[in-house]
Amino acid sequence: MFELLGIPPQALFGQVLLGLINGSFYAILSLGLAVIFGLLNIINFTHGAQYMMGAFVAWMCLNYFGINYWAALLLAPIVVGATGIAIERLLLKRIAHVDHLYGLLLTFGLALIIQGLFRNQYGSSGLAYQIPAELRGGQNLGFMFLPYYRGWVVVASLVVCLATWFLIEKTRLGAYLRAATENPTLTQAFGINVPLLVTLTYGFGVALAAFAGVLAAPIYSVNPNMGADLIIVVFAVVVIGGMGSILGAIVTGFSLGLIEGLTKVFYPEASATVIFIIMVLVLLVKPAGLFGRAA
Amino acid sequence: MAKPAASAGAAPLLSVRGLEAWYGESHVLHGIDLDVAPGEVVTLLGRNGAGKTTTLKSIMGVMARRKGSVSFEGKETIGLPSRTIARLGIGYVPEERGIYASLSVEENLLLPPQVRPGGLSLPQIFELFPNIKERLKSQGTKLSGGEQQMLAIGRILRTGAHLLLLDEPTEGLAPVIIDQIGATIRKLKQEGYTIVLVEQNFRFAATVADRHYVVEQGKVIDMIANADLDANIDKLHGYLGV
Repeated sequence: MFELLGIPPQALFGQVLLGLINGSFYAILSLGLAVIFGLLNIINFTHGAQYMMGAFVAWMCLNYFGINYWAALLLAPIVVGATGIAIERLLLKRIAHVDHLYGLLLTFGLALIIQGLFRNQYGSSGLAYQIPAELRGGQNLGFMFLPYYRGWVVVASLVVCLATWFLIEKTRLGAYLRAATENPTLTQAFGINVPLLVTLTYGFGVALAAFAGVLAAPIYSVNPNMGADLIIVVFAVVVIGGMGSILGAIVTGFSLGLIEGLTKVFYPEASATVIFIIMVLVLLVKPAGLFGRAA
Repeated sequence: MAKPAASAGAAPLLSVRGLEAWYGESHVLHGIDLDVAPGEVVTLLGRNGAGKTTTLKSIMGVMARRKGSVSFEGKETIGLPSRTIARLGIGYVPEERGIYASLSVEENLLLPPQVRPGGLSLPQIFELFPNIKERLKSQGTKLSGGEQQMLAIGRILRTGAHLLLLDEPTEGLAPVIIDQIGATIRKLKQEGYTIVLVEQNFRFAATVADRHYVVEQGKVIDMIANADLDANIDKLHGYLGV
């Protein structure tokens, strides 16, 4: 077998795959954040908690109601998205007219409350969620071993990200959304129900987080803190990609996952910080982010 | 204060009484009164900051704080959100045209939903504004100023709205384009559209309008029929400070 810079290919491609998996979660989560930020101008700090809720709803579906993974993949985003709609209608709407910093504080507080409630009920040691039977095992590709479930996560994330991009950039509904993001007052004056769009957008962004949570459940343990750990990195991804940029969120999410994975191979000591180093560099050179429009 | 004209005896399509509006704490309209009959083209003339644009915004419902009365086809709209007002059949071309940079020309054109039957079809709009047809896939703001203005007018003609509020459609445009906009407005009038036009340029306004309201410090201070414009030209110069 060949070696690259003294690294065996099994280790290299293994980390590339891990990087792609992490990148999948970064991409879906930062995509949801970007969609929400674009229209609501709120940095949704509850996003990590909503990702965690997605994983928990999948776990509850299985353990309380016997609903399998595939149904949960559809159901959990709907349930958690509905709680998002309730949050927007009952709370975020009331602070829409004040400084956006209040939205950040509110969603941050909500995240702490939600995580606290789940910790209280389920503890913080984590709950196991089985990989669905159809996706157990894997395939030896010669240069590496590919577990089916991990391959599925990457493919499912890519499909969801591209479908979201298509919805926003290529459909009539997406044009409403972009118009409302750019100039809500005028869009409303054309007879378009912008408050409804805002509510649905928040619900959709939250549903994306929950979808990522279900995907994550069989890989990481279902844990009340699983979102809190991840969300900090995701915010860095969003900053690097550019706040509010749809394509930016997707491309940056996957690329940074990859870069992180490669760093684990070539210089493991930096793997936990490489994304933040890139964030600092990007902020210095291009403060609006790689794909962001300067304000 | 001039009484709003009861023109041609028709019941007004749009009737505004004692309209007041605020930007935050700043009180900018102090009681606007005006009437617009069906099929009329009426302009609001006045200096910068007189309250012309704010009047249009208040009729459209985009001013958050307003009071008084705005009735459209006999229906009171002062408490309605702008999206409901638009759906009654009022089309709005904002100042600086409001073309979306994040939408293509085609998406800009198709954005406002149809609010009434009888709007222009796309081929009819392209006949009116041939330039738009060739640029459908371009980004909205990549069009020239004149093309953007045509797009801004075209997109509300699709909706079936029959009262059009146009905020300075000639601003910053070359004379040849202004002529084209003027011809379009006269054509729309022939088709039976009712138009309220905010203008700085009263020479342009005189070529399209039936009547002119003069706005000063948030009030209508005079009304001049277009036929009487020549006789009142000195007075008008005084109002506008030109």
